[in-house]
Parts: sequence; structure tokens; C-alpha cells
Amino acid sequence: MRYHKPASFTQAIDIASTSEGVTRFLAGGTDVLVQLRADIVCPDDLIDIKHIAGVDQITKTPEGGYDIGIAVSGAQMSEDAALAAAWPGLVEAMDLIGSTQVQGRATLVGNLCNASPAADSVPAMIAAGVTLTVAGPQGSREVKVEEIATGPGKTTLEKGEMVTKVHVPPRGDSGGDAYLRFIPRTEMDIAVVGCGVNLCLGGDTITQARVALGAVAPVAALVPEAADILIGTTLDETTLEALAEAAEAACQPITDKRGTVAFRTEVAGVLAKRAAKIAYARAKGEAK
Amino acid sequence: MALDGDKQEFRVIGTRPNRPDGLDKVTGKARYGADASAPGMLHGAIVRSPHAHARIVKIDASKALAMKGVKAVVTRADFAEGQKGGDWNILENCMAGERALYDGHAVAAVAATTPFLARDAAKLVEVEYEILPHVTDVDAAMQPDAPVIREGAANYSVPEGMHPNVVRFIEFGHGDVEAGFDAADLVMEQSYTTEATHQGYIEPHACLAQMGSDGRGELWCCTQGHWFVRRMSAACLGIEVSKLRVTPSEIGGGFGGKTTVFIDPVALALSRKANRPVKIVMSREEVLRATGPTAAASMDVKIGMTKDGKMTAGKAVFRMTGGAFPQAPVDSALACAFACYDLANVQHEGYDVMSNRPKQAAYRAPGSPMAAFAVESLVDEMCRALSLDPLEVRLKNAAKEGTKSSAGPTYPRIGLVETLEAAKAHPHFTAPLGPNQGRGIASGYWMNWGGETSVSLALSEDGTVTVSVGTPDIGGSRASVAMMAAEALGVPYEDVRVNVVETGALGVNEPTHGSRATFATGLATIEAATQAKKTLCERAAAKWGIDAEAVVWEDGAAKPSGPNAGAFPPMKIGEICAKMGRTGGPISGHFEATPMGFGGSFGTHIVDVEVDPETGHTKVVRYTVVQDAGKAIHPSYVEGQFQGGAAQGIGWALNEEYIYGEDGRLQNPVFLDYRIPVASDLPMIDTVIVEVPNPGHPYGVRGVGETGITPPLPAIANAVADATGKRLRGLPVSPPKILAAIKG
Repeated sequence: MRYHKPASFTQAIDIASTSEGVTRFLAGGTDVLVQLRADIVCPDDLIDIKHIAGVDQITKTPEGGYDIGIAVSGAQMSEDAALAAAWPGLVEAMDLIGSTQVQGRATLVGNLCNASPAADSVPAMIAAGVTLTVAGPQGSREVKVEEIATGPGKTTLEKGEMVTKVHVPPRGDSGGDAYLRFIPRTEMDIAVVGCGVNLCLGGDTITQARVALGAVAPVAALVPEAADILIGTTLDETTLEALAEAAEAACQPITDKRGTVAFRTEVAGVLAKRAAKIAYARAKGEAK
Repeated sequence: MALDGDKQEFRVIGTRPNRPDGLDKVTGKARYGADASAPGMLHGAIVRSPHAHARIVKIDASKALAMKGVKAVVTRADFAEGQKGGDWNILENCMAGERALYDGHAVAAVAATTPFLARDAAKLVEVEYEILPHVTDVDAAMQPDAPVIREGAANYSVPEGMHPNVVRFIEFGHGDVEAGFDAADLVMEQSYTTEATHQGYIEPHACLAQMGSDGRGELWCCTQGHWFVRRMSAACLGIEVSKLRVTPSEIGGGFGGKTTVFIDPVALALSRKANRPVKIVMSREEVLRATGPTAAASMDVKIGMTKDGKMTAGKAVFRMTGGAFPQAPVDSALACAFACYDLANVQHEGYDVMSNRPKQAAYRAPGSPMAAFAVESLVDEMCRALSLDPLEVRLKNAAKEGTKSSAGPTYPRIGLVETLEAAKAHPHFTAPLGPNQGRGIASGYWMNWGGETSVSLALSEDGTVTVSVGTPDIGGSRASVAMMAAEALGVPYEDVRVNVVETGALGVNEPTHGSRATFATGLATIEAATQAKKTLCERAAAKWGIDAEAVVWEDGAAKPSGPNAGAFPPMKIGEICAKMGRTGGPISGHFEATPMGFGGSFGTHIVDVEVDPETGHTKVVRYTVVQDAGKAIHPSYVEGQFQGGAAQGIGWALNEEYIYGEDGRLQNPVFLDYRIPVASDLPMIDTVIVEVPNPGHPYGVRGVGETGITPPLPAIANAVADATGKRLRGLPVSPPKILAAIKG
């Protein structure tokens, strides 16, 4: 195994694209190092991307969005008061991952590119409409978060490609987001079901909505049918029930050690309703 | 050795001094199993079967041995031959012979110069398997078509016609249960299951072994009982017991799971072959796959009750599997099943069943938590059916001194009624419940244990005291032993140092198990102190020129017994010890016995849960443990045992379970998916120490470590039933099961 510490994205991409073996990018390492120790992967080239200039920065864009560097930790996100106020659902989703120690290391992009269907930050990012800059030997492109994972452990990133920046859109007025997950315990666990909801209001009426589910299909995914149900409503009881039904209909879960098909499906509907209520209250400024 | 009387005035007992091992443990200085090292040390790694059941056709280690830095590979051929019974079972579990019997079963081991090299070399050991049919479920393992784990493993007790996987059959009881059921107004019979759970000690097993050229060996390891390790390891190696010297490290939890061996004989065999010290440290995955969880159980219980709540008869039929070996704790489960009740008619039947799971090891009150789950769930269900208060019904039927126990012997003084009364008086019992909340109560029992015990107490030149004990300090026993020595000698607690010594320093000591250390080691310490006091009095008498009988020991000093003995000023322990070399030699006390006066401990728990009706998530909102300690030597550590037992029981009840796939492989050998409660899952667990002294201990100690895990399983299930109206009879009562029950 060769350890690399590139000083630029160009160098990192060069190493990754010319490697003849297994490559892994190392930021926080909360997945890669565990997999190394557990003998799940033994990369030929381990590329440490923490030392590239700017990767540890959260920057507010002129439009009011946020550019998040690829080595920004969960703890940094939680401590950024403006980001947490604008996108509480996204920041809380990231904060649910692991322990305090893990929060000091773990990154959004690591969580995304590990491509676990149960990754907590991913449904929240999808709901928020987060996009990414992906760079590779052929240049760079802008990609939606929901276009990255294709299945457990698999992504659309080509050989030598890497995510170089995370773009969180401007929050705008009268918007709110929320992420909830179900675990049997209270922390230090993995989502059995996860749901992110992001809403914009005009008065009391929902004008824009995005709903994403995690851990109920091979990849976390946007559920446009659920979002369509929300738009034009004031989140009344009938809407909430229809939302739950749409969320349940979008589930393609498996039965495994963490939950059953019936349980995951049922709880997906419950979490969609609860997350929508929180997002709605936040959008109205009635909750933080 | 008998209790001096209930009204004893204590000076040290019952206070809460700091534990002597505490500072080193919280500052990282304490040395645990994996902290041992030796010059030239190699690292061992174990090759484990990926199959639940397979014949080992061939093991080829040539590629591993060809690696630079690999010094030895051992297989079963490197261990002793010809063992029988328990020794054979231990060896067979440490290193498979002809067949791998469960997922994770050791089939070979490698020693190399670094841990990673050993791991890589282990992967290069080529094992050819012929996969055999497997069975992991206890009920399935008894069916006629179940694969046979091992022919001829059944003992004399098993009736003809049973499946060969049934290796022990147990039957006992008294009275006439059919007549008892006839006399009842309500008879209910239900079936219950519990899954295997692991002790989940935070420290994985670790040891360092060094066999000398002369065939003598040394072993440093993390264990609850190093004399057991010595005997079992010597048997596996085929050497005399005294050729091994075993030194225990500090221990990061055991809960019964460290009273046997898994890696120690393997490290010794590797060391013998490589002629170098060999260290083995298990990973968490290895701990979960290949060390002893507790048994899985399938249980039928039938109880008769009159409409005013008098129990007329009880019958328990338990089936348990402790893996591919005999000794699932079905016998102790049955002995505890109805222990709380005064039953004229009671019948027990038990089946010890083998399956393709790891060899079970003791886990905190082995068998009793499962038994309590079945019996206390049914008692609760019947109380609801008859609209009776479950606590009043327990009081009405409670076993007490003079009751013929369900297990047979008549109870001496016990404290069940006192725990029930204390629970009834506790504000928790009548506190209002919120929405979606329910309350459960349950009682439980463990008989406790005495066991072989040897203790030496030596006085230093300045009058301070060293106590040498053979029971590793797993729950504050150095503190409690020091307190008992200080109490007995009349010296300050700080003047007593307690050392856990190696196998060469004392006679045989059983492990710290059976809640016995504070009882048995404590009793031996008090007796050793009594001997030392006698010698101290003799030295003072000689100095004063009076009879030794005319000298008494009070407040850490020899005193004339009265005016007639003479008007000598008290002679402090330090004064006598300063001159002991010139007045007859060193002063010490020693005591060894297998004390039989151990006393059982009863407990009653109250728990409130809140169940999310939309997700089935259970939150424990309030928990109270009431338990009889006999006498709490160090109340903080007694409370810690109560809380720890409750925490483990809550985990067992709610989310912990061994999950096997269709392929017989363990699906969750990692703490992410083997769901032990985390700190934020639990409320502060309230404790009430009841003290009904044990007549068999000088200070009344009963032993408190195990009973606390017994009531939580049924208490939680009863609370969930109260909150949801749904009775779940299979543990764990995890969210998918609760939600499915709510949704009907």
C-alpha cells in the first residue's frame, strides 16, 4: 500500500487515474480506516486529500448558499451557526453519524461515496438539493447528490474522478428542512429508515418540496410523488396521510438483521410525516 | 463463621471509600490482558471456520509457513490426545478436531512476528471443508430430521428415543401438579423464547503465553479465574497442572464469560512449537463469534391460580441450547424458575440440546433470566386476567424462611418479602404514568455460591496489612476485601492493600463467579484476620507477661481483658509488628475452605417504558432495582452491581440477540448490529439496598452480582404489555416485533 498526500486536486486525480490497483481517497477515514483494519479493503494507493488547500473551509456564496470543502468534518458543520440555522436538517443528519470522536473526522463526501443506502447525510443532502463538483482526468462536471450512488458500495464516479466541492443551495425565505431516522437505540446506531424533507412556503402553502428516503432501497433516493402531494397544501391531516402512503409506496426494502420489509415500509411513512411537520414548522419560523 | 447477630456496629463496613484500583483505571495506568509483552514475543492469529458445520478434510499451512516472519502453525494435532468429558469439550472448542461445529470455530492458528503478518498468514492457511447440514435453532435441533451434532454425546439421564442432540434430561419437583391445576380457578399455559445474548464485556480476551524449554509454562491473561485457566490449559496441552503458572491481569468485564478458556491453550501451544512467547488478542468479531454467549431458550410454563391470587401449581418445561457442546444452563434455569414462590405442587423438565452455535459460557445468573422471563411474564398475564395487583400476588405467594423451595431444599433466612415490601413502598410504584407508558414489575433470584477459597493476610513491620487473594477484582472486590480486613483488625481502610496473586502464591481458588468473591474471599479474609489477631494478642501477652487469654483485640490494639489482667496501656498493631522479628517471627493469617454458608439473593424491579405506537420504539423512562444484599460492604459497588445487572437485562429484553442466517453464520458479530444499550438509552437506574443478613457470613454478606440481571427481562416485557396491551413472548421485544403486534 502506498500512502499519498497530494497538495492539489490535480495531483490527487493524477495519482488516482494512473494507479494500476485499488485506490481509496482518505479524508476523515471513518469508513476507510475501519475497512482497512477489518480487512475489507486493502488499497494499493491510499490518497489523503485533507492537505489540499481549502478543503477544510465552509464558504458562504454570493447567492447565499454554502460551499463545503470535502474534508470539512461533521463537528465543523455543527459549529457553523449560520449553516446550522439555514439548513438544520442537513446539519442534524450529519451530526447523527457516530460518536463525538467520529464527528471530529467524518465528512459529507465520505458518507456519500461510501455509498451505504443507510448513510444519514445523503437523504438530507438530496432533499436539500445539494450538488457536487466532480473532477477527473477529463475535466470537471456538476452532479446532483442523488446521481452518485448506484447501489451498496457502488458509485457513478469514474476511475480517477473525485468530488472536489459540495454546493448547498441558498436557503431563501420561508424554507425549512428536516431529517429523521429510525434506530432501535438513541445514538451510535445505523438508520433502519431515514427520511429528509425540504420545503418552501408561500404564506402557509407549500410551494416547493423535496422528499428523500434512505435505507429502504439499494440507494437513498428522491421521492417526487411524495413531494408532489405536499405542494399546494398547508400540510393538513389528509396531506400527511397521503404523504405517508406515497413514501411507503416508494420503498423497496429488504428484510435483514436491522429490520423487516413491513417495518421499514411502515416507519418510512411515519418518518415522512414527522419530518414534514418539522420542516413545515421551520419554514414558518415556528421552530429551530 | 456464623453471623454474630443482626445488630452489629460497624466502623468501616457500609462506608464508601475510593476503590484502590480506581485511579490507575481512570488514568490508563492499569494493565489489562493486551498490555502484557515479553522480549522476542510473537503474535498469534486464529484461522476460523466460515461454516456452521463442516468436516475438515485437509489443512495445508505450507504457504503460510513459507512467509518470512511466520514462526509456527498449530492445528489439533499439536494438542493433547485422550481427554474425556469436560476437558475434551474445552479442547474441542479451543481447536476443532475432525469437524468445525459452528461459524467461527478455531481450526488452526499462526504465530508471526507482527499482528498483521499473523493475520495475513492465517489467510494463507488452506483449509478444505466438506460442508455438512447444520442446525442453530433449539426446537429444530430436537426434531427427528435435525443433523446430529455428535453421536454419543448424551449422558445417562436422557430417555431412549430422544434425538441424539438432546444430551441431558432433567426432571424434578414435588407435590401433585395435576391436583394443583384442578384446584385452580385459572390455569394458563404459554410458550416463550429468548435468543442467545453475549456478556459484551468491554475487554476482548487477551493473553501472553511462554512455554519454557523445560516444559514449564507461564501465562498472563485476562480472566475471572486463573486456577481454572491453569487446569483447563494444562489439560489441553497434556501437561501437569503445576507446570503452569498463571497471572491474571486487570479485567475489563467478564460477567461469567471469562471463567473458561478460548485462546490461552492456543497461545501456549504456539509458544511450545515456536519456542518464543506468543500473544493473542481477540477482535470483537472473534469475541462475538467464538466465545461463549449464553444459551438460547424455548420454554413452556403452566401455572394454576385461584381467583384471589393463590398459586396452586407450577410446571416448567425448558429447552436450551448452549451450542455444539453440553452444559446449557437448563438445570439452574429450572432451579430458579419458581424460586420466588411458595408452591406445594411444582414440576420441572429440562432438555439440554446441542446445535451449531458457539459453546455457551456462564453469563450472570446463568439460566435464571430466561426462566424469570417465562414465569414472571405468565404470572403478570394471569394477574391481569384476574384483575389482581401483581405485587400483591407476589407477596401472597412469596417464599420465605422455612418454605420448601421449588428446587427442593428448605429456605434459610431470605429477603424476598422485604424486597417486595420495599418496592411497594417506593414512590416509583405509585407514580403516575404518561401517555403510551406502561409499568412492569418482576422478581428474580440467584442462589449464589461459595467455592474453593484460599486467602493469606500478612502484617508489615509498620503494622500495615497485605491481603493476598485469588479472586480477580471485577467489581470492586479489592475495596470490599480491604474494608472487611480493616473492620476485622480495627485498622484504617487505607492501611490494607489487597493483591490479586498468581496461581503459585495460594491454594486453589475458584474464579470470581457465582457472586462469591465478597462472600467467600471476604469470609476467608475475616478468618485470616482472626488468626493474625490471635498471634498479635499472644505477642502482647508475652511482652506483658500475662496469659494470652487475658488479652483482647480492640480498635487495632491489644488490651488487657480487664482490671485483673493488669494495667497495661494498649499496644497498637504497629508497635507489635515493629518487633515481630524478635518476638517470634512474621505475623500472618491464612484461611482456606469451601464455605457452604452462601445465601441466595432476591430482587424486585419496577420499570416504566414508553412505547412509540407508530414505530414500536421502546424508551425506558424510569427504573428501580430493589435487591437483598445481605449486608452491603461497600454500598456504592453494590448499587453498581444492581445497575449493571439491570442495564444488561434491559439490553437482553429490548434489542440484543444472536441473529443467524440461513447459512448458519452469525449475521451481527459487531457492536453496530449487536445492539447493547448505549448510555443515552438508559435512565439513571435507582437502587434500594435491602439488608436481610445471610446467617452464613460473619457480616451477613450474600453476594449481589447476578440477581440483578434476572428481573429485567420479564419486567420490561410486562411494562411493554402494560403500555401497548400486547403480550410478547419472544425476546428481544425489538421495534419490528412490537410494531407488528400493535398493527395486529
